[in-house]
Amino acid sequence: MAFYQPARYQKPVAGALLLALIALPPALTALGQEFYIGFATRLLIFALAASSLNLVLGFGGMFSLGHAAFFGAGAYAAAICMRAGISEALLVLPLAMLVAGALALLVGAISLRTRGVYFIMITLAFAQMAYYLFVSARAWGGDDGLPLPGRMTLAGLSLGSDSALFYAALGCLALAVVFLGSLAGARFGRTIQAIRENETRMEALGYPVFRYRLVCFVLGGALAGLAGALLANLTGLASPNLLQWTQSGTLLVMVIIGGVGYLYGGVVGAVVLLSLEEVLSGFTLHWPIGLGLLLLGIVLLAPRGVAALFGKTGG
Amino acid sequence: MAEALLEVRRLSRRFAAVDALQAVDLIVETGELHALIGPNGAGKTTFIQQVSGALQPDSGSVFFAGRDLTRLSMHQRVAAGMARSYQISNVFLGLSALDNVALAVQGRQDAGSSFRFWQPVRREQRLFDEARDCLEEVGLAARSDRVAGNLAHGEQRALELAMALATRPKLLLLDEPMAGTGPEESERMVELIARVARQVTILLVEHDMDAVFRLADRISVLLNGRLIATGTAEAVRADPEVRRAYLGDHL
Repeated sequence: MAFYQPARYQKPVAGALLLALIALPPALTALGQEFYIGFATRLLIFALAASSLNLVLGFGGMFSLGHAAFFGAGAYAAAICMRAGISEALLVLPLAMLVAGALALLVGAISLRTRGVYFIMITLAFAQMAYYLFVSARAWGGDDGLPLPGRMTLAGLSLGSDSALFYAALGCLALAVVFLGSLAGARFGRTIQAIRENETRMEALGYPVFRYRLVCFVLGGALAGLAGALLANLTGLASPNLLQWTQSGTLLVMVIIGGVGYLYGGVVGAVVLLSLEEVLSGFTLHWPIGLGLLLLGIVLLAPRGVAALFGKTGG
Repeated sequence: MAEALLEVRRLSRRFAAVDALQAVDLIVETGELHALIGPNGAGKTTFIQQVSGALQPDSGSVFFAGRDLTRLSMHQRVAAGMARSYQISNVFLGLSALDNVALAVQGRQDAGSSFRFWQPVRREQRLFDEARDCLEEVGLAARSDRVAGNLAHGEQRALELAMALATRPKLLLLDEPMAGTGPEESERMVELIARVARQVTILLVEHDMDAVFRLADRISVLLNGRLIATGTAEAVRADPEVRRAYLGDHL
């Protein structure tokens, strides 16, 4: 693979999509389908979580099976903050990112000394440890999770309505995508993509490979924490299930469906997977079978992900 | 005697029951082109790996410009001024020749930090200007926009050299730069190395004896993990132990 390069029409399409999304809540309200505002918010939040994993996996080449730990850590950090009476999003969200990033720093500093299947296993082990820690922490609700006292406020304005939270999530996702897009073409992005291709060569060109990988891992963890904090606000609960390895698996599937190493890979994957789940579960209880078949089709027909059908990579 | 740029003292390494290197002493003087030769399995690659920092020695030390580098990692040695090329072309095949070299320029300490998340690299004219100069130096200027995977084998070898040069090394470790090249390409490579050698000290590991005897100021010979001779081409050629090792084939 080469360095990521945006397709020429990517910016106008993304801009049009952003406008459409801004118009979505009033449109759904007018149609009497307010329920879908919550669903759309969920899509945006998972798009953010999958994009954060795509930074680590797609751009950084690190196959982490423990990404849910940072997602969950962000959710718990937000819940604990808000129960302590801090509900200003401009404080809660950075704090959640800080906590998730710190956890990623700890996990990364140890697991990034390994490679290949050992890295997969050790990230999984850390995430499961975090999961059992939260399950057994009585003070934080144990198995049942930690309910939130309400929703955050943003600069004093309530995010209590579904539309308001939708816009908050949309803003976070848009900022994250802009950040990731510029990162990909900046020195750091080129460095981590080159490390993904050939780490020995980069070391031999004088790059401290470990440090770049670690920073990439921590950035991914912090962004996952941001998504976790938003999700806790949507559902009103920080649940230990958010940290479970199946959650890491879901995020991985999203990135692989969407397109590993493509800017919009995480977004596309999250939208495709969650929409399919929503549609299919309306037809039958056995919807995972249908989902499996569809995924198989996607992987066979678009082995580099759906976003790869539209984007391109180049020198 | 000239100043020692690289001084290797009693370098040893065992792999299982095999002594790959046994207490090898070697000095590369500033400005010279020093060739390291030896039959297959003599320990040349192990030696290069340990000097460049890809492998840790069991014992012994590596001094570079008076500094003990033995415990430093590969990227720290590159920062100290030691660059290497690889036996098998080790370039980024999906990137253009220019992007490959720009990446090497960007990695240099004096090119500034690469923890930059915002400014597009495309606008950093200085990186690409310098990368173009490096390509010019190895005769690849006309190929700068070509994807490295589509370059001819000899051109990839030259690109490999351009990337090493872009780190602005004091010492260049060349691991079989002629490997797999045809007669014409290898002739061009010899000329190129001779040109580069006027600016940079070189430690050359090479199988092609013609090239070695044309290029080297001094030659060291490894045999079964031991250094059996060091000296000028004539001295090494006349050395009885060296003659026995090569059975007179190439010398």
